Amino acid sequence: MGHTLIEKIIMNNTGLETVSPGQIVTTKVDRVMIHDIFIPFVAEKFKEMGFSKVWDPDKVVLIYDHMVPTSTVEDVRHFQIGDAFAREQGLTHVHRTDGICHQLMPEMGYAAPGQVVFGTDSHTTTYGAVGCFSSGIGYTEMAAILGTGELWVRVPETIRIEINGELPANVSAKDIILRILGDLRADGATYKALEFGGSTVEGLSVASRLTMSNMSVECGAKCALVAPDEKTAAFSKVSMDQIAWIHPDPDAKYEKVLHYNAADLVPVLACPSQVDNIHPVSELVGTKLDEVFIGSCTNGRLEDLAAAAQALESKTVAPGLRLIVTPASRSIYREAVKAGYIETLVKAGAIVTQPGCGLCCGRAGGILAEGETVLATNNRNFLGRMGPSSVKIYLASPATAAASAAAGKIVMPE
Amino acid sequence: MAQFTGKVWLLGDDIDTDIIIPTEYLALPTVDDMKQYAFSPLRPELAGQIRPGDIIVAGKNFGCGSSREQAPEIIKHLGVACVIAKSYARIFFRNAINNGLLLIECPLHDDLQEGEEITVFPGEKILAGGKSYPISPLPQNLLDILEAGGLVKAMQKRNGLL
Repeated sequence: MGHTLIEKIIMNNTGLETVSPGQIVTTKVDRVMIHDIFIPFVAEKFKEMGFSKVWDPDKVVLIYDHMVPTSTVEDVRHFQIGDAFAREQGLTHVHRTDGICHQLMPEMGYAAPGQVVFGTDSHTTTYGAVGCFSSGIGYTEMAAILGTGELWVRVPETIRIEINGELPANVSAKDIILRILGDLRADGATYKALEFGGSTVEGLSVASRLTMSNMSVECGAKCALVAPDEKTAAFSKVSMDQIAWIHPDPDAKYEKVLHYNAADLVPVLACPSQVDNIHPVSELVGTKLDEVFIGSCTNGRLEDLAAAAQALESKTVAPGLRLIVTPASRSIYREAVKAGYIETLVKAGAIVTQPGCGLCCGRAGGILAEGETVLATNNRNFLGRMGPSSVKIYLASPATAAASAAAGKIVMPE
Repeated sequence: MAQFTGKVWLLGDDIDTDIIIPTEYLALPTVDDMKQYAFSPLRPELAGQIRPGDIIVAGKNFGCGSSREQAPEIIKHLGVACVIAKSYARIFFRNAINNGLLLIECPLHDDLQEGEEITVFPGEKILAGGKSYPISPLPQNLLDILEAGGLVKAMQKRNGLL
């Protein structure tokens, strides 16, 4: 019997000749990511467990992003504890101001095709876009990995999502994944793996695939994989030979297969306050906005900034509306400057911020007031996420967000 | 694990980690400081009403949302004997076991009234309202962690500290 993509990666990692859903296996971890929010807890639990040395310092990546730049005096404590832990353990992969963890991990090659990677953040599913088995865990488990280099996992069932055909010009990867979340619902893939394929997915850039894998945790998925191809090899700087084994077998056994015709898809929004509350943008046209946010680990990549710049070329942000743009990493920021996107956005009236997680996680950099409405490109619209519980959060693509910023209300992307 | 009897508190579907403990209280110094705010967006009085040995019974997708581990830690610190839900979000499930909080998957929610007493025979069955509900045992590796009292203690044992 054939195997799905996640089964192949687990078999390669564990050396087992076959695995099947439900089986509990112990993986040898290829890389871990710890971010600033949880490093104090990881360091504390690591010592409490009786460990003194990290199993392999080269496999540990420490990224400061949720608190960069700081917004309270206490935030600095997290950097101090992180720096002390890095010094003590000889960690060299420490990023203090370079960008958001889920952008840096694939961008820097820390998360690569065929690997097994865990992070202390739920959106660690992002790296599935480059054919990497990556998933979020808590800080206690992270401390145990640092000591042992291992983690048990239950081999997940796989849901295959086949998307074929050409996307309409105003439909992006964000619209695709929102539609899938609306269909699967918030618990539709709990404990399970998603596997994206079909001609539409093959046609998407790696950046667009990262958007889809990123948001897959919102339907409970353990991981969300795309089989690596030439684009992945170029992005992850690996050879085609190295990734040749990373594909599902033709006779792989899926729990179910969902089929989408790309030509039928339309621009959509996640409406307050559930990620699976999906409606076509056309139904919400005219909804007044106080703020628009373009950025995050979901949609802060170069193509997202390009889409925003294109929609705002020779236009201005609507009077009274705040447009906040946050590139996902320093390198994306620099490329966007070189390409002129930042110039276009700033000229239009955008506030461009340092790469980081502040606004998406509701800590800093554009928090909303009672009763306000925001259209955002990030991944969660939970009650109270970006301000008080009365704030209404709509999630959409960068093209929808930028066009709406110019209009001051929700409009269709061009 | 021995059988136990407890009073039921009923919660619905999709109880997310922001409901279990809102972000604004995560900066409090200890889990004991935070626990009074458990479930506050939904039922502000609930944390004060839960007594040690009580049982939370919920719908589907309990613990969805972020990876914050304070969510199961707080439920454990409130003295809750176990949570019985139709299903759990995956990171919450792992975090709960790692903090020594027993989780049981069972579609019990729709058959119960709040305040009822039920008896749990771990790995075997639940007796509620004169009916018996079968439950599956947890895999051995998870039972080992639970029985050690959580992952920190399991690792301390591994490292010869206990």
